[in-house]
Amino acid sequence: MSEVSRRKMLAALAVAPLAAGVVTQASSLKNLVGLQFPSPEKTEDASREKTRKKYFPNFELTTHEGKRVKFYDDLIKDKIVVINFMYAECKGICMPITANLKAVQKLLGNRVGRDIFMYSITLKPEVDTPEKLKHYVHMHHLKPGWTFLTGKPEEIEILRRKMGLYTSNTALDKDLTNHIGMVRYGNEARQWWAMFPGKANAPWIVESILWMDDKDAKDPHEGHDASKTRSKGVRTGSNKGGEK
Amino acid sequence: MANISKRNRRREKEIANAAKNRREIIKAQLSRRDLMKAGLLTSAGYLIHKSGLSARAQFSGDCDRRWSSGWGGWGGGNGTPVSPPTTPFLEPMPIPPVAQPVAALTPVPTINPNTAGGEGRTRPHQAFAQFAPQKLYEVHQREQLISMHPQLPLQKLWTFNGTAPGQTYVARYGEPILVRNFNDLPTNNGGFGLQSVSTHLHNGHTPSESDGFPCDFFGQGKFYDHHYPNVLAGINSSHPGTGDIKESMSTLWYHDHRVDFTAQNVYKGLAGFYLLFNNFDTGNETTGFRLPTYPDFDIPMMFNDKNFDPDDGLLAFDLANRDGILGDKFLVNGKIQPFFNVKRRRYRFRWLNGGPSRFYRFYLTKSNLQNHPFWIIANDGNLLPNPIQTTTGAFIAVAERYDVIVDFSSFAPGSIIHIENRLEQCDGAGPGNTILPAGQGNKLLEFRVVSDAVNDQSVNPATNPSFYAMPTRIAERITRCFEFDRDNGQWVINDELFDCNDVRFKVKRNTAEIWKLDGGFNWSHPIHIHFEEHHVLKRNGNTPALVERGRKDVIRLGEGDEVEIYFRFRDFVGRYPMHCHNTIHEDHAMMLRFDIDDVGNNNEDDCGHH
Repeated sequence: MSEVSRRKMLAALAVAPLAAGVVTQASSLKNLVGLQFPSPEKTEDASREKTRKKYFPNFELTTHEGKRVKFYDDLIKDKIVVINFMYAECKGICMPITANLKAVQKLLGNRVGRDIFMYSITLKPEVDTPEKLKHYVHMHHLKPGWTFLTGKPEEIEILRRKMGLYTSNTALDKDLTNHIGMVRYGNEARQWWAMFPGKANAPWIVESILWMDDKDAKDPHEGHDASKTRSKGVRTGSNKGGEK
Repeated sequence: MANISKRNRRREKEIANAAKNRREIIKAQLSRRDLMKAGLLTSAGYLIHKSGLSARAQFSGDCDRRWSSGWGGWGGGNGTPVSPPTTPFLEPMPIPPVAQPVAALTPVPTINPNTAGGEGRTRPHQAFAQFAPQKLYEVHQREQLISMHPQLPLQKLWTFNGTAPGQTYVARYGEPILVRNFNDLPTNNGGFGLQSVSTHLHNGHTPSESDGFPCDFFGQGKFYDHHYPNVLAGINSSHPGTGDIKESMSTLWYHDHRVDFTAQNVYKGLAGFYLLFNNFDTGNETTGFRLPTYPDFDIPMMFNDKNFDPDDGLLAFDLANRDGILGDKFLVNGKIQPFFNVKRRRYRFRWLNGGPSRFYRFYLTKSNLQNHPFWIIANDGNLLPNPIQTTTGAFIAVAERYDVIVDFSSFAPGSIIHIENRLEQCDGAGPGNTILPAGQGNKLLEFRVVSDAVNDQSVNPATNPSFYAMPTRIAERITRCFEFDRDNGQWVINDELFDCNDVRFKVKRNTAEIWKLDGGFNWSHPIHIHFEEHHVLKRNGNTPALVERGRKDVIRLGEGDEVEIYFRFRDFVGRYPMHCHNTIHEDHAMMLRFDIDDVGNNNEDDCGHH
């Protein structure tokens, strides 16, 4: 872009009242070149706090049992967590993922609800009332420790984006039947965050989740020598043709 | 010069303003409708690229046609931060120190894993007795405060023995080594990174247990002995005792490969160079192929793009990004936009795209904006049959390497030449087709020609010297097909998902195979296959470009590309992965495991069905 056209654009921008405000804001910025930064954080809490602010807004959500909870304070802080998005009437990818996570819950046993917490957040909060989610839990015979959550639609939308569980293609992203099948997992206190595919083999998902336990992370891994007999595993029936 | 830096500063300020503006917009909770009315948001949902509003796009060209960011703030996938301004070319480019061997290791290395002694290895060395280590190295992976730019605070990086990039191994064929890696990483990761590592030598002819397979990780306080035989492929098979000289490799690198956490750990610093010399590629310009002498005129350069938190200046990694992280700061050997003094002679540069996700097309831009031509002599660290002069730049994906010869002899002292990336890329999905005009790309490094006396006995690539011919092909045992796609945001290869314990297919040792790789829509992927170098037979049905007609270990799959490659798997057995080397895709499970054994299988997957 040439200097002239850039100036022209700035001028054009300044016509809109909002843009004028933006430009004023910008001009009040101090010269950042050579800005002295604070020394690197000294404590664990500084980066934890940064991560919390960036990714875990403390929105109020309602559980499938009707309990009001704060997203960060009550659900994430100091916990090993597994988070995905779904909605009760989803006929597509939610079914295999719920079934798969149910197998994961079973394999994790009584640790779920004790030191590992599973959360499924509805993508249709305007429809999925706590009662409806409770019905979903009963229908699938899910055990305690796996909490289904609803809340204000606009806040859930922000949560979904903060989790990175959306698609960059806006049109595709609006299509709920095509929603993201990745699942966030992590350990908040240790600032460990990653994702697994919701349809991955359940025992493999369990291994991933258990890495989030300090003990398991420190111990030498037992390795993967016992290569199991090749089964076809989960065929995903991928929707060919270019999700983006 | 003064004008350039003034322009740069102005651009930097615009970037900072844009960030601020975006924050203001978010704070004001303006609706999309408001923004569209004001003409600041397009219907496709991203901020219009007017001055000061989307400076990132402006910075690297016109990205309107892609769905770049637009979601405010960061910590939301594509919402990458805008780094604080930094003045370019303030400091010299660092050259990582050469790794020095130690006299002995305690406890003494063993063939079987020394589990009781604290080793994280789980399998015995398969070639330890045959290729007894002649040199031992002790490496501590630990945190170190390092400056990436004088205008930014010191960064708590994860390093190999205190440097990032890690120390450079100078290895020789026929001289096996053992590297003991200790995991001494700190308990507090500072926001990202996992204190569990698997150190991969990319792309050594290395037995599986020393390869750094993603699931062979070891935790804090443990160590792992990596045995690198430094042998040529064929040593235990087709060319007993010597190996095939045509399989010689030159520029390797090593990096963390911890499953699900590779991007974070490498971004934090865990990567370095591993150079292999022999009687042809000697490191001495008076012998062998007479390539410029190491280390004076043979310089490794690792390129990375990174982001820094606008508020505290610290290295920032977006934990929610699934597409690919694009940095707005460009680093060479760990410094943001350094300079490098060169004499008026030929140099060998070993270029490595260290990631995490960006594709580059490098040009050498003179101060009059003309291109300075250069010679590509090696692709993925393997010398090509002959040098190739390029006038269209060097297209380099993550983990690819180009060894290049640049001749500065025609420049007057005081001349300035930049390594400039002119490939426009607006999001992690891949680059577009736009090559920006000279001077409008990203300048990564400034060469400054000095007036020192010159002595140059290195070979002139214009004389068309021959290096290694391509290895002889044998008939393939099987053809396998791989389709890379995406299913509800999950990466799939032939419709299946990754599992470390799931052996997708078995290659029979000492046989050859042809693999057909089929890229998905809308995405570009640099696919890396461990252990053996491949020949590119066909790209989209055609003979590949000259530069791709060497031995490679990374294959670029652009949107919808179909590439046919040939391998010969020799000498060692065990598990290896194939994966996307956009480390963000890799960490979101774009990977499969295959094993090499003495039986193999005929799992062709979907070959012929599409």
